[in-house]
Formats: sequence, structure tokens, C-alpha cells
Amino acid sequence: MANITTGLSDGPRGPKPKKAFSRANIILYGTLIMVSMYYLLPLYVMIMTSLKGMPEIRMGNVFGPPMEITFEPWVKAWSEACTGINCDGLSRGFGNSVRILIPSVLLSITIASVNGYALSNWKFKGSEVFFTILIIGAFIPYQTMLYPIVILLRELGLMGSISGLVMVHTIFGMPILTLLFRNYFASIPQELFKAARVDGAGFWQIYFQIMLPMALPIFVVAIILQVTGIWNDFLFGVIYTKPATYPMTVQLNNIVNSVQGIKEYNVNMAATLLTGLVPLIIYFASGKLFVRGIAAGAVKG
Amino acid sequence: MTVISDPHIQPTKRPRRLFKNLMAKLASIPMILTALVVFVGGTAWTVVYSFTGSRMLPKTNWVGLDQYERLWNSDRWIISITNLGIYGSCSLVLTLVIGFSLAACLDRKIRFESAFRSIFLYPFALSFVVTGLAWQWILNPDFGVQSVVRGWGWESFVFNPLNDANTVIYGLLIAGLWQGTGLIMCIMLAGLRGIDEDIWKATRVDGIGTIKTYIVVIIPMMRPVFITSLVLIASGIIKLYDLVVAQTGGGPGLASEVPAKYVIEYMFRAQNLGQGFAASTMMLCSVVVILIPWAYLEFGGRKRG
Repeated sequence: MANITTGLSDGPRGPKPKKAFSRANIILYGTLIMVSMYYLLPLYVMIMTSLKGMPEIRMGNVFGPPMEITFEPWVKAWSEACTGINCDGLSRGFGNSVRILIPSVLLSITIASVNGYALSNWKFKGSEVFFTILIIGAFIPYQTMLYPIVILLRELGLMGSISGLVMVHTIFGMPILTLLFRNYFASIPQELFKAARVDGAGFWQIYFQIMLPMALPIFVVAIILQVTGIWNDFLFGVIYTKPATYPMTVQLNNIVNSVQGIKEYNVNMAATLLTGLVPLIIYFASGKLFVRGIAAGAVKG
Repeated sequence: MTVISDPHIQPTKRPRRLFKNLMAKLASIPMILTALVVFVGGTAWTVVYSFTGSRMLPKTNWVGLDQYERLWNSDRWIISITNLGIYGSCSLVLTLVIGFSLAACLDRKIRFESAFRSIFLYPFALSFVVTGLAWQWILNPDFGVQSVVRGWGWESFVFNPLNDANTVIYGLLIAGLWQGTGLIMCIMLAGLRGIDEDIWKATRVDGIGTIKTYIVVIIPMMRPVFITSLVLIASGIIKLYDLVVAQTGGGPGLASEVPAKYVIEYMFRAQNLGQGFAASTMMLCSVVVILIPWAYLEFGGRKRG
């Protein structure tokens, strides 16, 4: 389990509980355990279903553990499940998602970190205006900008391609990431920057030699934020790509919600779990940084 | 937002202002282009073209407010906004109540706090598509909760929200709450941790009960945290799309349609761009209506104070 306790300032507060088994305590822990079950139920059901064979699923109980564990649904979901005429499973979507993810994350974070640095240390006339527009832009529903971007991508010849989607992710990741980096760089003492200026360092020199090494924690937060965000994206994937370049989430939806053929619930659940695996691994591996990432994304945005 | 003192060294008699700070300006070009071309330009373009009769391709045959008239006469749109209204108000209230209650429980100096927190927050790492598909399976009438309870002997038990036009929106709500409450809990918990221990001591001296302290003292103190959560939940609700597509596909019939889906259906499937533009402009209006009071509360007050 991830240890995320230290992410939120000090230790727990409030009055100390008096006895270990007071009535209030039993109610408290009882509630928490009941609620935990509601949160864990879907994950449990998905795992159990994905390990059963279809005959066992037809017989009944989704909550029961499998009588006979089979990994066949996982194999089938990965390499055989069909979307339309293509029957090469989720592996293609996975490959596409990776090919979308890596350049998007690199590009968006590079651009946003330089932007944030320029905004906090090299203000120029109008820089705050553009930044304000960018932040307000984060609240505009994506639907109002979808079609103009289609036109833009068509003009650039990138419609339906992975590079086009990378561009879209870079654009829509920019507000929150720029804010993140700007606030972080603004918290670095100005004396440091001024001393470097006096020594004759320029824009890029200060960025690479002073700011970048100091900003490593915020880079990790930004990476977590972007990886989960881009991996989980569905809307942009479905609009700006074509079937051959669909990301994993879109392909998953097409596999599970296809109307043709018999529904293979175990394969569907295995596919769903496979898609959720990447963000889950990041969540449990990063622990407190994940909380910092979403808190930074949430509270400030 | 932190405002820092103007950092750049005063230039020594530079002839042209444009070239001052040139590198920073060049480096900001992507940001400036995004802000002006995509955010301002794109939004303005959509609003302008919502007054045209564009169908398959955007055209400038002006039709005035026809698209809006058609929009508000369309059953599908009315269903969409009604659904969003029900989902939105329930989701707003329940997310705040559940998020705060869970945070308060976790703040009672309990054991295994980080384990509980991990459990409440992990759904937030999952996408809406995964959330929707997981709950679609659990709420499946033939194999899911309904059949299990019937299997226990309660033969007439009915719990089939996804196939019932009247309750389908609550089926979405169950999944939406599962995914989103963890985040609000985390924000609330951070807020609770920010409250001074002395407040608790003072209320104990005065003999005020724990629950009463939360309601009378703590919640009013956490007003900024609640406002942030509110904005966050509200902006998430308007974007509601992936969950509906994955969990119900808008069905049964049109019973779980939402505005975001309406826009995309008309733009990319029904080849009726003008109608899609008009609907997305209405979405923009609703955001503006929410955003202006918030910006006024958040920033207007601070400037004066």
C-alpha cells in the first residue's frame, strides 16, 4: 500500500480517542470499513470475474471467488479481442497509448516548465495577460474548442495521426502545468536568480544550471499528473484519432460495448483491468507524490 | 496566486522595447499561441459559427438564432440538461457531504489512516471509461447485484438502474461518486489538517460536542476549501461524457443523454455542425454563469482587502 500520510502537512489532529473499544470508536471503524468495502467492491469484482470461465459466470454469483482460476480471459483480452474487423486485442491500443503518452508527456512538460520559468522570472509586458487567458481557458468546456482544433489539425495535415493527438494533449495540459511550474519557480528565492544575472548568466543558462536541478520534485509531480491524465483520456482520443491509432481507452470501450457477438464478460473485465493497470501502478508506486500532484492540480486550478 | 516583485534587471538604455527580454518572449510563444489561437480564437470561432446553418462543413450562411431555437425545442437537449441538473445537484451535495465526512473520520487520529486513504482515493486514478465499464458489470441485472440478492432468496428484489429510464441517472451517480469522492476527501483532509489544534482545545473547554464543533466551528472555517471543492466538482460535472458513453451509451433510449454528448453527437455523427456549436455555446454560458460569481468572491474581495 502506498504511504501517503506525509503528503498533507503535520500528523493527525483532533482530540485523542480515549479507549480502544469505546462505542464511538466502534462506530467510526465500522463506518470506515463499510465504506472501504464499497470502494473496493468494483476492483474485487473485476478481478474475480476476469479469472472465471464463461460457464461459471453464467451460473451466477459475481461476488464469489472463482472455483477454477483461468488466465485465458487475460490472454484473449490482450491479443485476440475484436473491435470491428480487427482481432488483435488490446495490445494495439496499448502500443498506441504508449506512443501517444511518451511524446505528449515530454513535450507538454518541457514547454510548460520553460513557460513557468519565463512567467516567474522573466516577466515581459503582457505575460500576465496571456497567463490569465490560459488559466481561464482551463475552465472553458472542451466542446467549444473541439471543432476549431479539428480544422487546425486538418490544415497541418495531422488529423487522425498520433502527432496530432500529442499536440492536443500538449495544448490542454498547458494551463495546469504552467501554473504548477510558475508557482514553484516563484517560490525559489529571487536572490539566487539575481546573483546568476549579475554573474552574467542568460535565460537558458539559468534555466538549465539553476532552476532545472532545483525543480526535480515538481517535475515528478508533473509527470504523474500528465501520465495518468493522458492515459485516461477518452474524449480527445475518440475525436482526433482514427481506428488504427485509437488509444487504449477508446479501444477498450469499443471492445466492451460492441453490439455484435456474444458478450464475454470475463474478457471484458480483463480488458478493463488491463487498461486501468497503468494508472493504478503509478498511483500505488508514487504514493504521496500522487496526492501532491492532484492537490496541486486541484487546489490551484 | 503569489505575486512576486518585478525581477528583471532594469535595462540599460535599450533602443527597442520589443527585443528586451527576447528569449523569454520566444520561449513563451507556445503559451501565447495556445492562449490566443486555441482558447480565445477557438472559442470565439465556435460562438460565431453557432449563428450559421453549417451542416457537414462550416459555412457562413447566417441564420440568426435558428440553431438556438431548434436546440431548445429539441427533446433530446431538454433531456440532456435535465439529466445534468439531476446528476449535478446530487453529485455536488453528495460529494461534499461524503468527502467531508470521510475526511473528518480520517482526521480522528485513527489507525491505518493511510490504508483507508489509499482505498478511498484509488478510483480517482482510474479513467471514467474503466469506472463506467466496471459499474456496468456490477449493475448488470442478470449477473450483478440484483441477481445476487435474488439468489439469497429475495425473489422480487429489483435493482436495475441501467435499464430503467427513470433511474438510469442514479446508476451513473453511483459510479461517478465512487470515482470522484476520494479527491474531495483528500482536499478536505488537507483543509482539516490546516485547522489549529487550539480551536479543538477551546471547544472542549466550552463543552461543545464533537459533531456540533464540526458543524458550527470547523465548516465555517473551511469556507475556502469548500469553495475550491465546489468549483472542482462543478467543472467536472459539466465535462461529464466518458462515463455516460462507457456505462450506458446514453441509453436506454435517450434517458441518460448529457449536453457534452449531445454536442459531440451533432458535430461528429449527425453532421449538423451548427447545432453542435449552439449546444457547446450554451455549455460555455453555463460555465461563465458559475465562474463569474466564484472569481468575484475569490479575487474581487482580495483586491479590495
